[in-house]
Amino acid sequence: MILHELISYEVLRVIWWGLLGVLLIGFALTDGFDMGVGTLLPFVGKSDIERRVAINTVGPVWEGNQVWFILGGGAIFAAWPPLYAVSFSGFYLAMFVILAAFIVRPVAFKYRSKRDDPRWRSTWDWALFASGAIPALLFGVAVGNVIQGVPFHFTDDLHTIYEGAWYMKFIGLLDPFSILAGVVSFAMLVMHGGAWLTLKAEGVVQTRARAIGSIAALVAVGAYVLAGLWLAVGIDGYQIVGDYVTNGPSNPLHFEVARTGSWLSAYVERPWIVVAPVMGIMGGLLTFAGLRAGREVSTLLFSKMAILGVISSVGLTMFPFIMPSSSDPQSSLTVWNSSSSHLTLFIMLVVTAIFMPLILMYTAWVYKVLWGKVTEEDVSENSHSVY
Amino acid sequence: MEFGIVELSRLQFAMTAMYHFLFVPLTLGLSILVAIMETVYVMTNRPIWRQMTKFWGTLFGINFVLGVATGITMEFQFGMNWSYYSHYVGDIFGAPLAIEGLMAFFLEATFVGLFFFGWDKLSKVAHLTVAWLVAIGSNFSALWILIANGWMQNPVGAEFNPMTMRMEMTDFFAVLFNEVAQAKFVHTVSAGYVTASVFVIGVSAWYLLKGRHIELARRSITVAAAFGLASAFSVVLLGDESGYSATHSQKMKLAAIEAMWETHEAPAPFNLVGFPDQETRETHYAIEIPWAMGLIGTRSLTTEIPGINDLVAQAEERIRSGVIAYDALLDIREQREATDPAITAQFEEHSADLGFAFLLKRYVDDPRDATEEQIVMAANDTVPTVWPLFWAFRIMVALGFGFIGTMAYFFYRASFKGMNFPRPALHLAVWMIPAPWIAAEMGWFVAEFGRQPWTVDGVLPTAMSVSALSMTEVAMTLAGFVIFYTVLFIVEMGLMIKYIRKGPFQDVEETNAWNTRHNDRLAGRRNADAIAMPAE
Repeated sequence: MILHELISYEVLRVIWWGLLGVLLIGFALTDGFDMGVGTLLPFVGKSDIERRVAINTVGPVWEGNQVWFILGGGAIFAAWPPLYAVSFSGFYLAMFVILAAFIVRPVAFKYRSKRDDPRWRSTWDWALFASGAIPALLFGVAVGNVIQGVPFHFTDDLHTIYEGAWYMKFIGLLDPFSILAGVVSFAMLVMHGGAWLTLKAEGVVQTRARAIGSIAALVAVGAYVLAGLWLAVGIDGYQIVGDYVTNGPSNPLHFEVARTGSWLSAYVERPWIVVAPVMGIMGGLLTFAGLRAGREVSTLLFSKMAILGVISSVGLTMFPFIMPSSSDPQSSLTVWNSSSSHLTLFIMLVVTAIFMPLILMYTAWVYKVLWGKVTEEDVSENSHSVY
Repeated sequence: MEFGIVELSRLQFAMTAMYHFLFVPLTLGLSILVAIMETVYVMTNRPIWRQMTKFWGTLFGINFVLGVATGITMEFQFGMNWSYYSHYVGDIFGAPLAIEGLMAFFLEATFVGLFFFGWDKLSKVAHLTVAWLVAIGSNFSALWILIANGWMQNPVGAEFNPMTMRMEMTDFFAVLFNEVAQAKFVHTVSAGYVTASVFVIGVSAWYLLKGRHIELARRSITVAAAFGLASAFSVVLLGDESGYSATHSQKMKLAAIEAMWETHEAPAPFNLVGFPDQETRETHYAIEIPWAMGLIGTRSLTTEIPGINDLVAQAEERIRSGVIAYDALLDIREQREATDPAITAQFEEHSADLGFAFLLKRYVDDPRDATEEQIVMAANDTVPTVWPLFWAFRIMVALGFGFIGTMAYFFYRASFKGMNFPRPALHLAVWMIPAPWIAAEMGWFVAEFGRQPWTVDGVLPTAMSVSALSMTEVAMTLAGFVIFYTVLFIVEMGLMIKYIRKGPFQDVEETNAWNTRHNDRLAGRRNADAIAMPAE
């Protein structure tokens, strides 16, 4: 096949870097409110029927939302195999905890209301809480670690070796900056869940969701700004040094990298990227205002804007780095050295260009069919068929 | 054999994969059976068929969710536990996994919610469309995962790139239309259809034995037996096709399944039973069917199938050739673009055997330093343990033929004996429920254990594929998965049994009223005109 040379390797890599962001953002926008609602569940719903209302706002859509997570894994595997290999084995135990949460959550949704026993139901409610809150926190912690660099290096055969004892790969993730990043993602997804419940629920569930969601919005914005300041004064950035090619073979060992300067120098080189953090901060503040004012549709849109801004700001600031290595900077993964081959990137782009619009179309149709509020009457009338 | 990180990681992968496959076959088959039932409902407008759709749909849902949940582990475990594998073949193997998400998972997962929540929100035809989209989505996901798996068995359309130290795709369509993948796909989904048919017949038989939900049970058996009979034929035929394609792609696996130590003059016989002895390399007390193996494996009477001993000798030669490739590879890695063309040519000549040089890494860091003895040991490593393969295969095949018989019998009773089933047959149907799961797990065991010592046949040894994790980490997650999955399994089985005992609970009054009217009408007509039996 020669067709793939229509698009240069370099351009394909940038496109796939963008698509990686699209997937992460798609995941946070959809599955994000599932996690947020799960985290809010014990606090917005005091009685069984209130909790069922909250659960049923996401009941018909969580399965589709969760596919963003699975597709994220698959797409990283296909387009960025070294990233897939290094990050998932490097964050091994943290990944296990996240997987456990993503396994428990579907089961909790599906099985919770299949028995009347209050103990059964309250067990699953706490499972929903934990499986929403823990990953929401850990995703941010992981990002915090990636920003600072992860201790790994490659051998000549490109085997990945991690420095330090095995437990440090888990406990060591929890340094102060990464915890702060975890607070950002946690608060952001709680805010998103609050905005979703404001749209889909009414009465006390909605009132409580608005109250907690607006606090979460302020916490998210505050923690995000604080993390930005920390990045400016306390954390070194990474830079590729010497000559390098952007369309060469994907081999990190062909590059020289130094840990130097600040990540924020990106804002000097590419001033336009300031759009991202501004969207993140403005989105968070507007969500706060929207929740206070009781606006429904626009609040959810503001919340989405905040998530879009926050996640893309991380990617845009680090470009071209994807996962730097703190112990051996030369092993750092960048856009130019950790992608699939030219042909694979091209084929995957064609497939994505065909299916992504279809997915967005039918997902939109499903949300349209399900448009409207979930009420206590709906739940009690269809007690057997809903969650 | 020492028990190290490789063995522990394999154990975890096998455990999570086989557990995942407890739920997948039922999802594959039941999604289609439920869609067929709903199609009948939409065409005839008879409430009994809607009740059937909802009842089997409920059981489908309980099962589906665990299939989804345990599938997540599969998607991430390659990176977590098999990071060198992920690096080495991700360029090819990752693509079908990602396409599976784009093409199949989104479809089934987006619409499965509407299937359960959309009865009042959608028109009949729209809801039926949703049911079919869920079924199509589930089955498409099997297609892509088997394209990925088929590539591990028969790695076509790719070559090694010394600059990136990995396999890279050269021909996407070769990966897509890999003969092994195509046969495996139809074999696997057919196995899922048989599983669902046996399940539906078994549960319905239990209702008939208890004298409950007779209308629902009889119609369910009728649908499932017809569907199951076609699928049982398909599963056996495509299993045979897989055997045929293994003759040219995975000769060692075929010889091991057959416990065929020596190359036999064509056409080779098939060992019906026997006791394979790995040490002495012979099979004791074998009962042979003359010619059968030659006919199945080569579809000819003159083509030879190589035995294990000859294949080991070939592996030894390929190891020596692989060492030459390895030597050239180190030069190329050092010199990059400046490499002497003679060395590049030498590499290209031997690069197909590079994976065989890696077999030596178990014994020596640098394959070039391997002794004669180590080369012989590595060549012997290419023989998987024979007896479990031999027996697992035979159990699977026997069950496969058993399904054809059972399905044919129920189809006959349903079609020509007025849906009357003798009690012993109903008892048998209940007891048969676990059988398709046993057959499916045996099938996967044969496919994957038979691939050893490779993760990708002839390309990458399993021992090299693992992540650099500590035993503690993997032991912790393995223990975690065992505990976690056991609890989920108990919960799932509990709910399944609860909902089977409960029986259909939706649209009960409407359906019962219709049943009464319908039976009265039938009785009336039978009195008036005994010949004009309605089809239903």
